Amino acid sequence: MTLSRRQFLVLVPAAAAAWQYVLAGTPQDAPNYQLTDHWWGMLLDITKCIGCGNCVRACQAENDVPDEYFRTWVERYLRTDWDLTTPEVISPDGGKEGFPTAEEVKNGMYFFVPKMCNHCADSPCTQVCPVGATFITPDGVVLIDQTYCLGCAYCVQACPYGCRYIHPTKHVADKCTLCYHRITKGLTTACCENCPTGARQLVDLKNPNDPIHAFLKTHDVHVLKPEMATGAKAFYNGLDGSVR
Amino acid sequence: MGGVEGYMYPNEINLYWSVLIVVYPYVTGLVAGAFILASLVRIFNVREVAPTYRLALLTALAFLIVAPLPLLLHLGHPERCFEMYFTPHDTSAMAMFGYVYIWYLMAVLLFEIWLDFRQDIILTARSSTGLKRLLYRLLSLGSNNISEHALAVDERAGWIVTLIGIPSAFLLHGYVGFIFGSIKANPWWSSPLMPVVFIFSAMVSGIALVLMVYMFTTRVRGRQIDMPCVDTIAKYLFYIFIIDFVLEMLDLVHRIYVADESFRSISFMVHTKLYFSQIVLQIYVGTLVPLLLLGIIQITRFSPSVRKAIYVVSAALVEVAVLSMRWNVVIGGQLFSKSFLGYTTYKIGLITHEGVFMAAFLTLLPLGILWVLVKILPPWPERKPGFNHARDASTL
Repeated sequence: MTLSRRQFLVLVPAAAAAWQYVLAGTPQDAPNYQLTDHWWGMLLDITKCIGCGNCVRACQAENDVPDEYFRTWVERYLRTDWDLTTPEVISPDGGKEGFPTAEEVKNGMYFFVPKMCNHCADSPCTQVCPVGATFITPDGVVLIDQTYCLGCAYCVQACPYGCRYIHPTKHVADKCTLCYHRITKGLTTACCENCPTGARQLVDLKNPNDPIHAFLKTHDVHVLKPEMATGAKAFYNGLDGSVR
Repeated sequence: MGGVEGYMYPNEINLYWSVLIVVYPYVTGLVAGAFILASLVRIFNVREVAPTYRLALLTALAFLIVAPLPLLLHLGHPERCFEMYFTPHDTSAMAMFGYVYIWYLMAVLLFEIWLDFRQDIILTARSSTGLKRLLYRLLSLGSNNISEHALAVDERAGWIVTLIGIPSAFLLHGYVGFIFGSIKANPWWSSPLMPVVFIFSAMVSGIALVLMVYMFTTRVRGRQIDMPCVDTIAKYLFYIFIIDFVLEMLDLVHRIYVADESFRSISFMVHTKLYFSQIVLQIYVGTLVPLLLLGIIQITRFSPSVRKAIYVVSAALVEVAVLSMRWNVVIGGQLFSKSFLGYTTYKIGLITHEGVFMAAFLTLLPLGILWVLVKILPPWPERKPGFNHARDASTL
């Protein structure tokens, strides 16, 4: 088969466009995404997390997160038997490269806790934003319009979980978007996709077939800082009382 | 990690509200305090402090002009600040700042100053020529009637504006306190007492400032300081400072006694990172010393020169206390982790746009503006048309 110069000039841009489409990922199972059909959250299973840092690296690569700031991070707790409320916690570089070898303890235990924006239904960050640049979508994701944000950092102060920061070069608030660009195409989040143990699961509470419903019936699931009454949608399985 | 003890959430290591956010409530508080002092004359008929009335109004205006600058400089995108006016978010405490500010500036302070100086402005316009005449004609906004009836109307309108101004001054600064007090995520800030403490500390700082400015300008002008005036201001300063101190101690004692989960963090900070600024500067040097000095004045009789010296020292220390209090609230509230497991350090810049020099410049800039204002609108009591030392302050 031979190509004429004319055919070649037509085919190259078409192939480039097709390749861009492949790189963007193929929309799956969501041909007509309806905002009101979903209510997104995240299941974080502490009993499965091994602190490998894959989620942190995947998030940084997917979302171009600046160094020393984190949309998600992993903490390692050491909770000793003689002090149940004051654990020792570390998160070197957000747990991105894993953790140092733990010393053996006789009366205590180590565990890993992945952290991220809780995408609260009654989020304090949304409440305090002076211009409404941060908002909750009809499908339950807290997002920031960075073309509108003043960079006042009031939302950073209002978040009880330390999930927000001011982007060092954009000078606006930044945080986890629950990979909104992916989940609205039927994909899962970058952190979930790269978790080797399934410790993170994207959940859709409005989907009656989502496994989260069965999981919630059979497991002891909690949210962080329930006393803050934020309507947090980061659901933790195996959450120890010492976790803050 | 440098400057971190224990565990901070990784996004908490750097502070997001800098020293400029310390300057913002401090400057705003001075506005409210100076206005409250002015209202003592007009509404509460405290005739002794009449010599400071106009100076207090101009001081409030000078500081109010600067009040939004620290906020603006702190914003990541100051060019978007007008969005707060055009598309405010109605659940945000901060969104209302623009409206409260404009209300206070336009409807209260500028209006009251204009009413009070209108006669002076018109007389100056009539007696001058050239550019000066043009300036005062502009300031008169076209009014030229200084008949007795017109001045009586000015008096009545000024009284009403001041009456509206008192709750507005409380609103302006109580609201600043609410910005902090309503953050439930931060136990150091989250308190219903915060707006009240802010209002009383604002009154104290504003009154102390006007006292110092009055004494300084009177001395520079080679005039005699009106001792009944400064004695009365010092008396009000003393009583309001007692209320302020009691409120702050009530908050502190409540925290110590309740000792909730944040107590360990707060206690650690007060004993270490905030020890100098809170215990030494704010409580010992800035509060107990001036309270003692002002208290002694109330029960003993010193010569005027000793009293004047004590007033200047006390007022300066009061400013130290209130500025320290703002620092302890704003910076202190960010030094500990919301996990209550660790502490960070504030690395303050020197010549950065949110550094020490900028903060000092913004704190002192209003004094420069005040110098210009008193040149344009001399507030000195003897310059007031028809001034009479013996008259009743209610006629002001």
